[in-house]
Amino acid sequence: MTSYNNGMLELVNVERTFKVGRKIVRVLDDISFSIGKGDILCLVGESGCGKTTTGKIVAGLLPPTGGEIRFLGKNVWTMNKEEFRHYRRAVQIIHQDPYSSLNPTQRVSTILTAPLLRHGIARNHKEAKEKALELLRVVDLTPPEDFYNKYPHQLSGGQRQRVSVARALTVNPEFLVADEAVSMLDVSIRVSLLQMLERLRRQMGVAYLFITHDLAVAKYFAWEGRIAVMYLGRIVEIGPTPQIINNPRHPYTKALLSAIPEADPQATRSKERVHLRSLDVPSLLNVPSGCSFHPRCPLYEAGLCDAQVPQLVDVGDGVQVACHVVAREMGVA
Amino acid sequence: MKSATDYVSSDGQFTLKVEDLWVTYLAERGKVKAVRGVSFTLRQGETLAFIGESGCGKTTLGLALIRLLPNTARVEKGRILYRRDAQVTDVLQMNDHELRQFRWKECAMIFQGAQNAFNPVLRIWAQVLDTARSHGVTNKKQIRQRMEELFRLVQLEPERVLKAYPHQLSGGMRQRVLIALGLLLHPPLVILDEPTTALDILTQRSVIDVLRDIKEKMDFSLILISHDLSLAAELADRVATMYAGKLVEVANVWDTYYHPLHPYTVGLIHAVPTLAGEREELISIPGSPPDLIDPPSGCAFHPRCPYATEKCRVEEPPLISVTPDHQVACWHWQQIQEDHGQRMMAYAEASAG
Repeated sequence: MTSYNNGMLELVNVERTFKVGRKIVRVLDDISFSIGKGDILCLVGESGCGKTTTGKIVAGLLPPTGGEIRFLGKNVWTMNKEEFRHYRRAVQIIHQDPYSSLNPTQRVSTILTAPLLRHGIARNHKEAKEKALELLRVVDLTPPEDFYNKYPHQLSGGQRQRVSVARALTVNPEFLVADEAVSMLDVSIRVSLLQMLERLRRQMGVAYLFITHDLAVAKYFAWEGRIAVMYLGRIVEIGPTPQIINNPRHPYTKALLSAIPEADPQATRSKERVHLRSLDVPSLLNVPSGCSFHPRCPLYEAGLCDAQVPQLVDVGDGVQVACHVVAREMGVA
Repeated sequence: MKSATDYVSSDGQFTLKVEDLWVTYLAERGKVKAVRGVSFTLRQGETLAFIGESGCGKTTLGLALIRLLPNTARVEKGRILYRRDAQVTDVLQMNDHELRQFRWKECAMIFQGAQNAFNPVLRIWAQVLDTARSHGVTNKKQIRQRMEELFRLVQLEPERVLKAYPHQLSGGMRQRVLIALGLLLHPPLVILDEPTTALDILTQRSVIDVLRDIKEKMDFSLILISHDLSLAAELADRVATMYAGKLVEVANVWDTYYHPLHPYTVGLIHAVPTLAGEREELISIPGSPPDLIDPPSGCAFHPRCPYATEKCRVEEPPLISVTPDHQVACWHWQQIQEDHGQRMMAYAEASAG
């Protein structure tokens, strides 16, 4: 979609390969999207589809092997030092596991004041402490004095994840990559963390790349944003969240949505299922020809789907789909 | 599909009856009271799901049922009555020999993440044989026949899978092999601990469908332990909600999800997003689960509960039957019935600020 062309952060035809033994595995293929200030883009898909690799590329932790990642219009990997430092500061990442992402030998005070001092955001220790206490308040760890001197092991999973968020916020980021940031938390505290992230977006205009395998969480968090569904390293469908959830077009999206059990006995037991032709997920070492979903797809047409890789095409309502059959039926092939 | 109400009148035909079970762990700081006076009845042929968050004691309860608790745990009190035909035995009183008979033949348990516990250097067939032999079944042909039958039930090709090594099968396939293996000796009781956690969506669906299918075709009682409310919504006839080592509500699946009477269940149900329709408002339960070394006095949920009164702080509410098929442990369940848990919702929203 053209309206996102002037986004703060853009991926343009990004490709990423890894060497596995003597073979080369293409983990990401032709990924393009753009995210503007205060936007949310949710990446969903099953394990191995490339969600986390995309997140790492967006956060600048991994260079792409093809294509470009642009921040404020400039290619991140050809920036000068000054620009790169600005980008690194503006884009922060929150990891999945709050038990391993915090240094167990450091107190919350050190975890939060170190980056403040290192980046010159606070001029001295007194100022750093004030700022750190304020950040603890922002992430709802109140009263902040109770948490300031604690070690990570003295905190619950939810509290640790809040400290991770506070640490990401120390450098005033404009963009957060949240990689399964609530997946390890218990349901009763998950929602409050999502609400806090949403508040940061509303109040501070923080944009999100929100990575999750849970479509219900994606729906809840990204209702005003977009969802991109990934399969074997490609985006197969992308569009506004209500469209993807309530009117999915791609057979893979449909299969996913129909397969998810819901916490509502009536709804979940009467749901219509999409039946796939095969349950096996192909290996990335041996990606099927043409559309990589074709061996499992209920709409499969020999000679079409196994011959050509489908490109994302506009099908209306701001949705783009990469499927030959859907495109033909919508008259946009 | 069998509905939950079919079981209402069949309370006399229980498979398992647990009475006042207490399990503690010894820790440096003191005794962790992981299961605190749990009583329930598993009716013959039904699926009973235990839901609750991490640390609520549900896995400890499952392990206690087949006496597989680690050394640091102790069953302080209680009875676990298992009934087969007309005979009732207390699992806690069984000697080693009886216990060996009980496990797998009478009761199969499939543990969380067990799909990764196969021996990587043995073919599936060898591991099936091992299991059968160690439980006294030695007729190879008979085992083969039974296994082929079970594999077809769980949607696996017997020929291919029996010959395969574990690494040649996907996570979902291994999970289904385990389910088949669990059913090898026709156990009347099966315990599944988080059977679909860590599986991908489409694989998870195949496991759920297989479970529903075998439950319809075969006669056994199922205990399902899961933190996943949607799994319980899919498969359970009845749901037992656990909080801080206690059962706070036991009801048929419809009442649990549509008319919960315990404020904790209300909070839990409204904390999970659903897919269908518009985006709904969700809540978080304020506060955090209690320390089980020194649980709160009275009702353990009172520090997080907007309905709590002085009585809740002092006196522990017993699990009482509100209807024949709905039990709740709350002094104020009538208020919750009246306001449909609205006060819980308002309280959670207010404390979210």
